[in-house]
Amino acid sequence: MNSNDAGSKPAKKYLISRGVDGFFTNTYSVYKFIARFFKEAFTPPYESSEIMRQCFEVGYKSLPLISLTGFITGIVFTKQSRPSLATFGASSWLPSLISIAVIRALAPLVTALITAGKVGSNMGAELGSMKVTEQIDAMEVSASNPFKFLVVSRVLSITLMQPILMMYSAFVGMMGSFINIYANEKTSFRAFFENAFTTISFLDIFSSVFKSLLYGFTIGITGCYQGYHAQNGTQGVGKAANSAVVVSMFLIFIEEMIVVQFVNAIR
Amino acid sequence: MPVINYDNSVIHIKDLRKSFGSLVVLNGIDLDVFEGENVVVLGRSGTGKSVLIKIISGLLKPDDGIVNILGSDINELSAKQWNWLRLRIGFSFQSSALYDSMTIRENLEFPLIRNKRNLSRTEINISVEEVLEDVGLLQAINQMPAELSGGQRKRIGIARTLILKPEIMLYDEPTAGLDPITSMEINNLINRVQEKFNTSAIVITHDLTCARSTGNRLAMLLDGKFLIQGSFEEVFAHPDARVESFYNYNFTADEAKYKTHNL
Repeated sequence: MNSNDAGSKPAKKYLISRGVDGFFTNTYSVYKFIARFFKEAFTPPYESSEIMRQCFEVGYKSLPLISLTGFITGIVFTKQSRPSLATFGASSWLPSLISIAVIRALAPLVTALITAGKVGSNMGAELGSMKVTEQIDAMEVSASNPFKFLVVSRVLSITLMQPILMMYSAFVGMMGSFINIYANEKTSFRAFFENAFTTISFLDIFSSVFKSLLYGFTIGITGCYQGYHAQNGTQGVGKAANSAVVVSMFLIFIEEMIVVQFVNAIR
Repeated sequence: MPVINYDNSVIHIKDLRKSFGSLVVLNGIDLDVFEGENVVVLGRSGTGKSVLIKIISGLLKPDDGIVNILGSDINELSAKQWNWLRLRIGFSFQSSALYDSMTIRENLEFPLIRNKRNLSRTEINISVEEVLEDVGLLQAINQMPAELSGGQRKRIGIARTLILKPEIMLYDEPTAGLDPITSMEINNLINRVQEKFNTSAIVITHDLTCARSTGNRLAMLLDGKFLIQGSFEEVFAHPDARVESFYNYNFTADEAKYKTHNL
């Protein structure tokens, strides 16, 4: 026992110091990556055609998935909320409750999680694959600034498209909710939306748009960072795609918690 | 025949050192490449040949030593100066590194559009077609990289570097993974590039056929430094047993290959 302890203590100490060292090295590397993004994003020449292409890839091609998930979220949340409100005889408050839930929380969060899964993983895998097959190095040695072409265009496009996708998702979710309420309570389209928007303030919409910008940026930076720093061949590509999703989802929940606290303090 | 100007060293390396953690890869490299000269760097896998040209192209930073390229000390270059220098250096990757989401035309246009923004569409088209003709693959202009063979991909990779009209070419294992006939075509292309564009080049290889047909001078890399530099005959007359075994193994393998193909 004694001999084992003597052997394991230095190893543990070494692992801890290596872990701490790795944490600070990674944090500094992420900081440098973000700083470079802002520097390159505001320095001409701009990759406008690539940004437009990426907006199409991120925005338009995500619409079917966002439509489906937004619509189902609206219906399911309405169905789940009805019995609780009916218990208190408050079924007429259903549109207001749905609009608060969808616009304040569900649409930004669900859209961000879907985008992280679909677009973030794609960015991690695509850039990771380009990294391990030396395509990024090939751009670098031909003085073509791969960071601007690959990273800045992707991060900007997802940051710009995320609020649009969120608003679209909120609209589709509200429509899903309306269809369910119309089928059960026969509430008219006008009455539903009048009731829904009475409780929504400018701050609700502003905070959701702000959150979406933040989530979009987080997904873009995380996906591109993981891909841009991929190593060790195909295994590294898989790891980059996986980390892009896991890390960005984790960060999105943390950001959600912080922004909600902040907005509630203002409200 | 290439015209070599021995008064003008385009690449001057003195006491270059590079380590990865505790692993010492380059341990005091001295090398001069003269204008118009092809220098072949020979050595076994993992001896640091690719690390050397990655340092020259700025993909890796040296730990110590002088690396002077076309009159510029790379340790003192700003990012902008590096970009300017990179336009004068072409790098042909071992894996070809073609952009697989782009057609061959887009692959070739990519560095041109980003570095010469005042070019018209017609001028870009002419440049692309010219370099494709130089490498004999004009018919592949609208194909995707995945549709090409290994040899064709290598040639497109070389064409992509030639489009910027570099003064120095760096070839990383240009014949790796190719059959003898295709290897010979690549060797001939390297020589044609040297003659037509008057480029200086470093060719990294462990293929002695490639070394003999493309190199004006050879340098044998062993234990992180050059054991000997000189002509093919001079290098392989060196008494070190590792040089002899490198030669014997390579040519035994090559002879077998050539016999198989009745060459």
